[in-house]
Amino acid sequence: MKVLVPIKRVIDYNVKARVKSDNSDVDLTNVKMAMNPFCEIAIEEAIRLKEAGTATEVVAVTIGAKASQEQLRTALALGADKAIHIETEEKLESLHVAKLLAKIVEQESPELVILGKQSIDSDNNQTGQMLAALTNRGQGTFASKVDVDSGTVKVTREVDGGLQTVELKLPAIVTTDLRLNEPRYASLPNIMKAKRKPLEVIAADSLGVDLAPRIQLVSVNEPAKRTGGIVVEDVAQLVEKLKTEAKVI
Amino acid sequence: MKTLVIADHDNGQLKPETSKTINAAVKLGFAVDVLVQGADISGMANDVALMDGVSNVLVADDAAYAHQLAENTADLVLSLASDYSHIVASATTTGKNFMPRVAALLDVAQVSEIIDVVDAETFKRPIYAGNAIATVKSLDTKKVITVRASSFDLQNEQTAAPITTISSSLENALSSFVSVEQTESERPELTAAEVVISGGRGMQNGENFALLNGIADKLGAAIGASRAAVDAGFVPNDMQVGQTGKIVAPNLYIAVGISGAIQHLAGMKDSKVIVAINKDPDAPIFQVADYGLVADLFDVLPELESAL
Ligand SMILES: Cc1cc2nc3c(=O)[nH]c(=O)nc-3n(C[C@H](O)[C@H](O)[C@H](O)COP(=O)(O)OP(=O)(O)OC[C@H]3O[C@@H](n4cnc5c(N)ncnc54)[C@H](O)[C@@H]3O)c2cc1C
Ligand SMILES: Nc1ncnc2c1ncn2[C@@H]1O[C@H](COP(=O)(O)O)[C@@H](O)[C@H]1O
Repeated sequence: MKVLVPIKRVIDYNVKARVKSDNSDVDLTNVKMAMNPFCEIAIEEAIRLKEAGTATEVVAVTIGAKASQEQLRTALALGADKAIHIETEEKLESLHVAKLLAKIVEQESPELVILGKQSIDSDNNQTGQMLAALTNRGQGTFASKVDVDSGTVKVTREVDGGLQTVELKLPAIVTTDLRLNEPRYASLPNIMKAKRKPLEVIAADSLGVDLAPRIQLVSVNEPAKRTGGIVVEDVAQLVEKLKTEAKVI
Repeated sequence: MKTLVIADHDNGQLKPETSKTINAAVKLGFAVDVLVQGADISGMANDVALMDGVSNVLVADDAAYAHQLAENTADLVLSLASDYSHIVASATTTGKNFMPRVAALLDVAQVSEIIDVVDAETFKRPIYAGNAIATVKSLDTKKVITVRASSFDLQNEQTAAPITTISSSLENALSSFVSVEQTESERPELTAAEVVISGGRGMQNGENFALLNGIADKLGAAIGASRAAVDAGFVPNDMQVGQTGKIVAPNLYIAVGISGAIQHLAGMKDSKVIVAINKDPDAPIFQVADYGLVADLFDVLPELESAL
């Protein structure tokens, strides 16, 4: 079984994004970038499937600027067998990404595609579901458990009321939630080995997908700031303040 | 121009998000129809009919929709889509699951988790864990939108709108329901509660979450948690508040033993009043707290319970 894992280069999750002074966007110059945390979980799951003998090949794919090859090398160091870079300098929307990924699905015919549930920059939470629609596959989103059987996959999903389990016919699409696994770190020898693994580069505009923007970014602003509060002495003062000052209890 | 809202429910009860999503939909300025889909849902259709601004309620009551499978729901919405310029659902785990599928099948770029309607094609939405607010304009002729319910109000009542039954049974061959593990709780829902008290890694284990019970009882509060508390297995996943969990904006939010990582703040910083209890005076949670108490939670929680 071949597993395809789309990964995204995003701002490091520890870094607080700053808005540009002209309000045109978020300022990413000299900001630390990393693999989207949900994509790390997706890669980890694919590698575990390979280690368990369920998967035979793990292919990592990213769509983005040249620099995103860094994250593909990380995926290879973690255990992916090969990588595909769909190169574009444009900032693409989830629909574009899903359409480009659908082309790669056509080319690679993976039995399973594992994506992150959400990019921590756009906070879109769309691509996996869109890819499932475009490739006419079943979707198991927000997965906390993935059990591959012959011809099917059972996915336990983190939903608002608890956990839901669905069964999907393979080929299928899965998106990861936080509790699916704990990603490993790449070892130094594996980082060295990753440099020799295959990385194919494809120009995004060679895939015949209309990449014209559908959403126009009008402006980006700072969120409303909270005004600093006070430190109370003890429980008695806290309760007093909540009753008489804040009037919330 | 007409808007279709897909109601959110847990197979028996409407979620409070539905009313708030209708509030957002009304702000678009067009007639609003609401689709209630599921199995055995007529009671909920009556509730929706009474929500201000609803023109028509469409009911698709069929076993195919019993478990809200994204594949079936998306096909149902798609079968109705041609009549509508705007398709709107709550950004709950249900809405987040089927709406992008609808958008892709319509060849539309979805606008996720809007917090404000500027006009019928322009919306505000948080990005980067809420550290920036983007104003975006949808250029597609049809709009597919999910709504962050905590940013909108509940709708008032009206005289009941007409209810139309649609016969539809779109059962897909790709996925099927296996089971559900519903978290049982007597407490108000996190996203609907006026008061929320959340515990973090500082709680040390699941048993200690009982220290929050008495306080929650007295305040009628819902209980939430940080990711660290959920990951450690102290409490179930549906209690996670944050960027990738539930978004809450109660009158009062009490964070206990939570450091205040940006991903946690993303889920609660729009609360009206924030209280933080943490033994580390430098914990970032104090930067957003209206009232901070620097103390050991094991000392002050019993005190707080008896002081209320
Ligand atoms: C992709 C991604 C998504 C994420 N999504 C979320 C999310 O949705 N929600 C979320 O919450 N997090 C999320 N996180 C995790 C987030 O980054 C933090 O790791 C997490 O919020 C920390 O939880 P915590 O504050 O409980 O734990 P810690 O950061 O360990 O803080 C524990 C706090 O408890 C205090 N404490 C300890 N003992 C006591 C005591 N006896 N009395 C008083 N105080 C005490 C400590 O001083 C400390 O401040 C996400 C992370 C990533 C990478
Ligand atoms: N540019 C991209 N390249 C590859 N995969 C992506 C890209 N953008 C999004 N994805 C995948 O889609 C998931 C969800 O992203 P989103 O829908 O943007 O929140 C991510 O975790 C990735 O797995």
